[in-house]
Amino acid sequence: MLRYTIRRLIQLVGVVLVLSLLLFAWLRSLPGGPVSALLGERATPESRAALTKQLGLDQPILIQYFKFLGRALSGDFGVSNGVQPGDSAMEIFLQRFPATVELSVFALVIAIVFGIPLGYLAAKRRGTWFDNSSVIGSLVGVAIPVFFLAYVLKDVFSKALGLPSTGRQDAIEATRVTGFFTLDGILTGEWDATFNALEHLILPALALSSIPFAVIFRITRAAVLDVLDEDFVRTAESKGLTAQVIRRRHVLRNAMLPVVTTVGLQTGALLSGAVLTEKVFGFAGVGEALALGFERRDYPVLLLLIIMATIVYVLVNLLVDLSYALIDPRIRAR
Amino acid sequence: MALGVTKKEKIDDLAESAGVSLAASAWKRLRRSPVFLIGAGITAVFVVLSILSPWLAPHDPGDPMLITQVIKARNEIPAPQPGHPLGGDLQGRDFLSRMLVGSQQTLIVGVGATLIGLTGGLILGTLAGAIGGWVDSVVMRLVDVMLSLPALLLAFSIAAMFARPSQFSVIIAISIVQIPVFARLLRGSMLAQRGSDHVLAATSLGVKRGAIIFRHMLPNSLGPVIVQSTLVLATAIIEAAALSFLGLGNPNDRVPEWGQMLGDVQKVFDTHPHLAVWPAVCIIIVALGFTLMGETLREALDPKNRR
Repeated sequence: MLRYTIRRLIQLVGVVLVLSLLLFAWLRSLPGGPVSALLGERATPESRAALTKQLGLDQPILIQYFKFLGRALSGDFGVSNGVQPGDSAMEIFLQRFPATVELSVFALVIAIVFGIPLGYLAAKRRGTWFDNSSVIGSLVGVAIPVFFLAYVLKDVFSKALGLPSTGRQDAIEATRVTGFFTLDGILTGEWDATFNALEHLILPALALSSIPFAVIFRITRAAVLDVLDEDFVRTAESKGLTAQVIRRRHVLRNAMLPVVTTVGLQTGALLSGAVLTEKVFGFAGVGEALALGFERRDYPVLLLLIIMATIVYVLVNLLVDLSYALIDPRIRAR
Repeated sequence: MALGVTKKEKIDDLAESAGVSLAASAWKRLRRSPVFLIGAGITAVFVVLSILSPWLAPHDPGDPMLITQVIKARNEIPAPQPGHPLGGDLQGRDFLSRMLVGSQQTLIVGVGATLIGLTGGLILGTLAGAIGGWVDSVVMRLVDVMLSLPALLLAFSIAAMFARPSQFSVIIAISIVQIPVFARLLRGSMLAQRGSDHVLAATSLGVKRGAIIFRHMLPNSLGPVIVQSTLVLATAIIEAAALSFLGLGNPNDRVPEWGQMLGDVQKVFDTHPHLAVWPAVCIIIVALGFTLMGETLREALDPKNRR
């Protein structure tokens, strides 16, 4: 187990190194090179020369890459020139990361809480109108562009339900401890702040949860269908076990493995979806910074955020793989 | 055999499974599946519409013929009127014509991205699966790196590499993301075949390696790839819309594309929601059609479901 974890972590380092090389090449290949990219429209010959020297672009390319790597390892990715001009990229990431975690976790919880039970029910009632309509519903869920759904929620439902449609919290007095607005309120006992932050989370999280929900629903349904056909379920039934015991001990436990894998892979959908959803709701997280970064071509911020998204994505999937052992004793034994 | 099956049904089952190829039995089941027929129907209508759209469109989609009816100060755009059943857009262009011609560009983006992704995946997957060894290792590590980035985020990043976004850059960005998926699929089925009897037979007959790969292994690996292509067509159309929304899409909207029209949603949703809802609904229906077709194809081609 430990050796497996270490091997995967070493793989992650390899992936990040290759990625850094690709991103470095990306920055170099930008139209006009990194100097134009950083200076944008305001470039004068003098400022270009100064920045070229400052960035070490007059040195051999290999040395440039190692310097870039060295700075990156110490967390220095440069200064934002579009998203929050003047702030360092790392500062922007640290400031905004809790917001995206909060939003993604909330969305994932919605997707799991509705997806798994619905998937189970649909499988049990295979071929009924309930099954068919929820399968079609889940296919529509995947087919709706996330940002369009977000606009519909924002414009139609925020008015109908009286929910806030922009930002993470109203301008109320709230103490900041962790950067997770819902958690801060609980820690400091400012319940109104937590409640307010939760209200702001509902609509964006609903929009963001559409794809993970649909995918989790369908995988659960398929996995349960597979397990229901197994001999051991029939054996359990003929032994006269109650439906509840069969469901909990035999069906769900065996069906959960593919579902857990899918949940891990949905981190990717959540991270990409956050770019679109946060932009629609003006939700100040990493996703919005990425959207603004693409729009304003803020390369230092983009570089850091893309690398961070990759690390998070790979780490979450590692955790998911490790959790197999908890769910499936057969894997633990190996 | 389950209880309650009559002898005749048993014999029918046997007759059905004996000597019928997987494709033939799959087609037999597909013909009877209403879900497949709906998916295929939507796809057929979409393809025919997009091919005929230049002749169907009543006006030039890029011609601001109703510009006099656009009043910026009062947020007014041309209302539906004789000759323009859906009215005009923000630039006074006939909206029906734009929707119709948009279908063609949407098909081009979808098919273009899928074809390029498929070709890249075919090359990489064949190299890795058929040759093996260090080629396999190098290709698969590359694939791993690409898959360790969230897919859509990778597409955004690739699109941002282009100085001037265009329809070409959109297609490239979406297609590159699909390459690792296709490569993995193909490598998997190629590997499974390397040890199979028909490849062994061909090898012992002295057939050249190239011929074995292209005549025996590749055709037998295409099933899952075809299914995946159908599903990718749907994602490609949706992703093109996301790229436009982030300002990474094709800025030239004289010849429109549905994703690009939907990408303008933030400009129009408050005041003229129908300008976003029409392309959105069309994208959803077409993506649904491709997905229904792909999913039922996948089920039908799965030997587990064959009886």
